[in-house]
Amino acid sequence: MDILIIFEHSNGKIHRMSWEAVAAGQSLAKDLGLTTAILILGSNVSELAEEASKKNVDEVLVADHPLLERYSSDGYSVALKQIITDESPTYVIMGHTYMVRDFLPRVSVALKKPLLCDLTGYYMENGNSVFTRQLFQGKITSDILPNGEPPYLLTFQSAAFQEDAVVDGSGASVRNIDVNLDKSMIRSQYEEPFQGEVGGVDLTAAELIVTIGRGIGKEENINMVKELGDTLGAQLGASRPVVDAEWLPTAHQVGSSGQTVSPKLYLALGISGAIQHVVGMKGSKNIVAINKDPDAPIFELADYGIIGDIIEIIPKLTEAIKNAKA
Amino acid sequence: MKICVLVKQVPGPDSPLLISDDKKWIQEEEIDYAMNESDSYALEEALQIKERLGEGEVVAASLGPDRVQKTIREALAKGADRGIHVKDDYPSTDSYVIAGQFALALKEENFDLILSGLQSDDTGMGQTGLMLGEFLGMSTSTLVMETDISEGKLRVKKELEAGWFQWVSMDLPACITIQSGLNTPRYPSLRGIMGAKKKEIKVMESTPQGELLQSLEKIYVPKKTKLTEMIEGDTDQVVAKLVDVLKRDIKVL
Repeated sequence: MDILIIFEHSNGKIHRMSWEAVAAGQSLAKDLGLTTAILILGSNVSELAEEASKKNVDEVLVADHPLLERYSSDGYSVALKQIITDESPTYVIMGHTYMVRDFLPRVSVALKKPLLCDLTGYYMENGNSVFTRQLFQGKITSDILPNGEPPYLLTFQSAAFQEDAVVDGSGASVRNIDVNLDKSMIRSQYEEPFQGEVGGVDLTAAELIVTIGRGIGKEENINMVKELGDTLGAQLGASRPVVDAEWLPTAHQVGSSGQTVSPKLYLALGISGAIQHVVGMKGSKNIVAINKDPDAPIFELADYGIIGDIIEIIPKLTEAIKNAKA
Repeated sequence: MKICVLVKQVPGPDSPLLISDDKKWIQEEEIDYAMNESDSYALEEALQIKERLGEGEVVAASLGPDRVQKTIREALAKGADRGIHVKDDYPSTDSYVIAGQFALALKEENFDLILSGLQSDDTGMGQTGLMLGEFLGMSTSTLVMETDISEGKLRVKKELEAGWFQWVSMDLPACITIQSGLNTPRYPSLRGIMGAKKKEIKVMESTPQGELLQSLEKIYVPKKTKLTEMIEGDTDQVVAKLVDVLKRDIKVL
């Protein structure tokens, strides 16, 4: 196969971004005339292999090993180095998830092959694929190319490709492959994952969300946002800097390390629009952004934008909404 | 415990970003530089580990032209014991190259623990720290939210996605990348600033870059994918227009 798409899964469920990786792989395969395969690492993963085989790929590979039952950076690095060497694909594709970020750079070093990470897409130029990724937290875009001989490792940003674009197939064949792992290779012990404080804030189901970012300036200003939220009947969201400053609890965080939301209205106040935040909210139906910086990346994806001082606007907006509702 | 922290000098959050004529990078002379945000949390964590253990050394290392010594100096003022400047007047944007240069420069030091921020605010690849660990054969972990060291073992709390966490016990030597927000980075004291001037910064002369695994072809301002309707006017006008949008177009009032 030419394109090897690697699945990520936990508790028998395939990660959403792995399906997006399949969509990316299928798209590249079509544009470049290449064959595809899905690889599943784990232990007792035949059900997942069956699920994968229903998609339009040429093959499904299964690396079944007891030491791959639970993720470890060492185990995955060693196993993937072996598999990529044996199968020699042109492209290896994964979602840019926290797990992938934890081991794929090591595989890049071990193989001395490029890792083009957090890609937002690619375009075709003279029959070649040119990859795009963001720099300066989304303020600038870059075109990048891998050097040397393949394989090339690629990870795509959340929502760079759509899960529902995955094309179904007529039943790909499943092939078991061997990996050579022993206990001594895995130097770290991974304990059972646990959930942090949730605090009863479920933004994923919210219809209206008012989110504040660094632009709120200081903790005392949080109250005026709460009042706006209450008046509008909206839930309160926050970007990471606001949570890090402990102005709002972690449970309010939207973004890659917080919740992923898609409300009817997302009112972004003083949010610059860093990638880590955007991946958690770009599925919102209507995005309204208010920011004093006209170059803030949030305006790239806003439906409505206001360049202005939120500290001045928020109290007046609360009043105006009160009047409109009266 | 011999601890190293990688501190990258990057354009600060409010720095102008003007694309250079060759479209390969931004105009350097316009940049206000600062220490990469997550690296400042990594530095604080390193200092706290040393304080908790009551012994050890914290070394701040940075790669780039002479200007990066300012960032190393800042780390020294906050409490790092000495600095290492891996000199490269035209640093690559390829993490593989940078990690290779660091590996060459830091190998002889035999650090027990290497920390860095999880990613840089400029290229944001999140690869250098982990790649350095692989080059040096260390155990690795990313997105660390808490550290605990006892009896030569390191235990870290890792951030997973969607509000989940996981503790991982690791062998030393280890190389970890730090998530922002796990501590409160200190400000340098006046005594610290004065003392930093006397601390050593070892300069490793221009290290060879070797082979680039990936190239930045060109950079540009993002193409707009959405049509944004800008609401303009003074505060009262924009508020009135926005309420109208909320009522008539988005229909949430």
